[in-house]
Amino acid sequence: MNATVGIPQALLFYKYYPLWETFLKELGVDIVVSNPTTKKIVNSGTSLAENELCLPVKIFFGHLVDLKDRVDAIFVPRVVSVERGTYTCPKFLGLPDLARSLDTQLPKILDPVFNSRLGRKRFYESIFDFGKQFTKSKFRIWRAWMAGVSAQKAYQKKLLAGATPIEAIADEQVSTNNGDLKIGLAGHPYNVHDPYINLNLIKKLKKWGVSVATEEMIPPKILEHEANRLPKRLFWSYEREVVGAAFHWMRNKSVDGIIYILSFACGQDSLIQVLLESEAKKRKSVPLMSLVIDEHSGEAGMITRVEAFIDMLRWRAV
Amino acid sequence: MKVTFPHMGTIDLVLSDLFDRTGLEYIIPPRTSERTLQLGLRYSPEFACLPLKITLGNFIEALEAGADTLLMAGGVGPCRFGYYAEVQKCILKEAGYDFDMIILEPPAMGWKLFIDTLRLLAPGKSIRQIWRIIKTGFRKARAIDELEKYVLKYRAYEVKRGDMTKAYKKALEIIKPAITDEEITEAREEAFSILEGVEKDLGRPCLKVGIIGEFYLLLEPFANFGIEEYLGNMGISLERSVYLSDWISPSSKNLIMGISDQEVAQAARPYLNHFVGGEGLPSVGHTVIYAKEGFDGVIHLFPFTCMPDTIAKSILPKVSRDYDIPVISFVIDEQTGRAGLITRLEAFIDLLASRRKQKSKLHKEHDVLVNPRFGVDVTLSNSERGLA
Ligand code: SF4
Ligand code: SF4
Repeated sequence: MNATVGIPQALLFYKYYPLWETFLKELGVDIVVSNPTTKKIVNSGTSLAENELCLPVKIFFGHLVDLKDRVDAIFVPRVVSVERGTYTCPKFLGLPDLARSLDTQLPKILDPVFNSRLGRKRFYESIFDFGKQFTKSKFRIWRAWMAGVSAQKAYQKKLLAGATPIEAIADEQVSTNNGDLKIGLAGHPYNVHDPYINLNLIKKLKKWGVSVATEEMIPPKILEHEANRLPKRLFWSYEREVVGAAFHWMRNKSVDGIIYILSFACGQDSLIQVLLESEAKKRKSVPLMSLVIDEHSGEAGMITRVEAFIDMLRWRAV
Repeated sequence: MKVTFPHMGTIDLVLSDLFDRTGLEYIIPPRTSERTLQLGLRYSPEFACLPLKITLGNFIEALEAGADTLLMAGGVGPCRFGYYAEVQKCILKEAGYDFDMIILEPPAMGWKLFIDTLRLLAPGKSIRQIWRIIKTGFRKARAIDELEKYVLKYRAYEVKRGDMTKAYKKALEIIKPAITDEEITEAREEAFSILEGVEKDLGRPCLKVGIIGEFYLLLEPFANFGIEEYLGNMGISLERSVYLSDWISPSSKNLIMGISDQEVAQAARPYLNHFVGGEGLPSVGHTVIYAKEGFDGVIHLFPFTCMPDTIAKSILPKVSRDYDIPVISFVIDEQTGRAGLITRLEAFIDLLASRRKQKSKLHKEHDVLVNPRFGVDVTLSNSERGLA
């Protein structure tokens, strides 16, 4: 019987699930994905976490708990850097350690290091290092990784074509997305795409006749190019994408408004917010609304704010 | 050009010394105060960490005082600090201030940029001259740090309360005007003899506590409510994980603090196996080291929303359990009040004292007296673990 490895449906799941799933499957393990975020998951995560952590990390802990009695190991990679010269979030750098320090019994944590800063050679070395526990054959590890990479490419293609990560992963049909108004949702993918975190914002917008754009629908080259308009190169990859998307929309006015979803207590978001708001003020092209989310965000308050924003945009359009 | 810079502990001494040498005109902002904080808050993003807000206030006060060029350090991440300068520039420009900003990026962003920036700060000086100025500047910065380290450790033992603090002020005054290497050496000796001259009772069984956390909060007394002086006055001998010259220096040796980055990382490894920016890794590593060295407890200070030290805070309870050493974390923001902090601190110290008492009963040692000068004995009822 194969070992089962759990993958939490949180944080970088939305970015790399197909890569991770395929890679691990090819290495000969069975995959269990945690359940979609629920109130129970949030509560179990929050009760284990230090209060000062951001909500997405707290929720991640909840997904670990959701998995812990069903799997032999949980996959919590240390994603240090995904392109040269940049980092991800400090919390991702310490994620496996954060998981291990939780005051609860967890299965084994599998924590390969993904660090592009060290160059190709070291990057692959750490993948072989990780694969060794499943097979002695370097060739098999390599093949598994390459299979993962091509799954990831196929995934990104679907996203570019307009599928949400959840739709693309579940291989669902892309929901219709043509309203009279178009809103760009900027923010970390786990905030934009976890329906529990954002109180089902994407569905709601679509229901209200608003179509939705996200950073995944913009080619990476454009994101990169737009983000480079900042006076100093941002050293966080994922934030470069957030900024790139928002700048892109502001410049070519391909959306009527932008909603920037940010986590309370997120270090990066606190600075990005300044950069985005200042750019929006300067350009005066596309209105921007910031939506701060934490575990206490109420649905009613959020709906009122978003509805008011949409009304304002519709007025502008008249 | 009138350059200015934010306060952070004794950094004004170090930088004004450097600019005196390079011949740059500068303005030291008014000492950080409540007003500074309020000014900073007016323009800062709500969730930025406290250092950004306070240093923004420093800049505003310096601009009011006539500065026209702001000097700030840069960085390459992953902590926010590296992007502070850009954001502060953006905020202040939007608020209508007129100024230039010089951002000193570390050589990791390119040597040319680094050297060009240094040239800007030392107009007309050759690279060799700049190098010498920096070297001498470091010598002085280290001397200042050594004095501070001594004061942290021995303030607890002074016979007359306040003597050490007074002596420290005097010592700094002596070292300030020293220019040449010889003068610095001489002044350092003289300054030390003043500190050593303070009457002490070294037989006194003082609690030993380590202070760890985010560098700005550790170094800037306004931000940490002067916690070190307070603890010293309570009769607690301190060691700290960060000193200014260690922090500025590109070397990993940490000459003042005395433990290299590698050793710290090694100590942290079972708990945190990767650096996470800022002082996240050192905070964990130093707690392990303090525990191994038999310290009575550890005090952890960091700003609300600080990512690296929030990670440390999540991990420290485990270290505390494993090594049986009480650790208390203080998360500080603009709403933190001194009174609340002191109350929690006192409870923590009571706990440490009662633990020491218990231990010394086992080993038939002296009882520890907290705050012997006031004759206040300790309430020993606190059985709560020192975990916050
Ligand atoms: S980027 Fe922000 S929201 Fe995401 S894990 Fe890091 S701190 Fe949390
Ligand atoms: S170490 Fe923490 S408080 Fe200091 S700048 Fe970085 S994130 Fe902010």
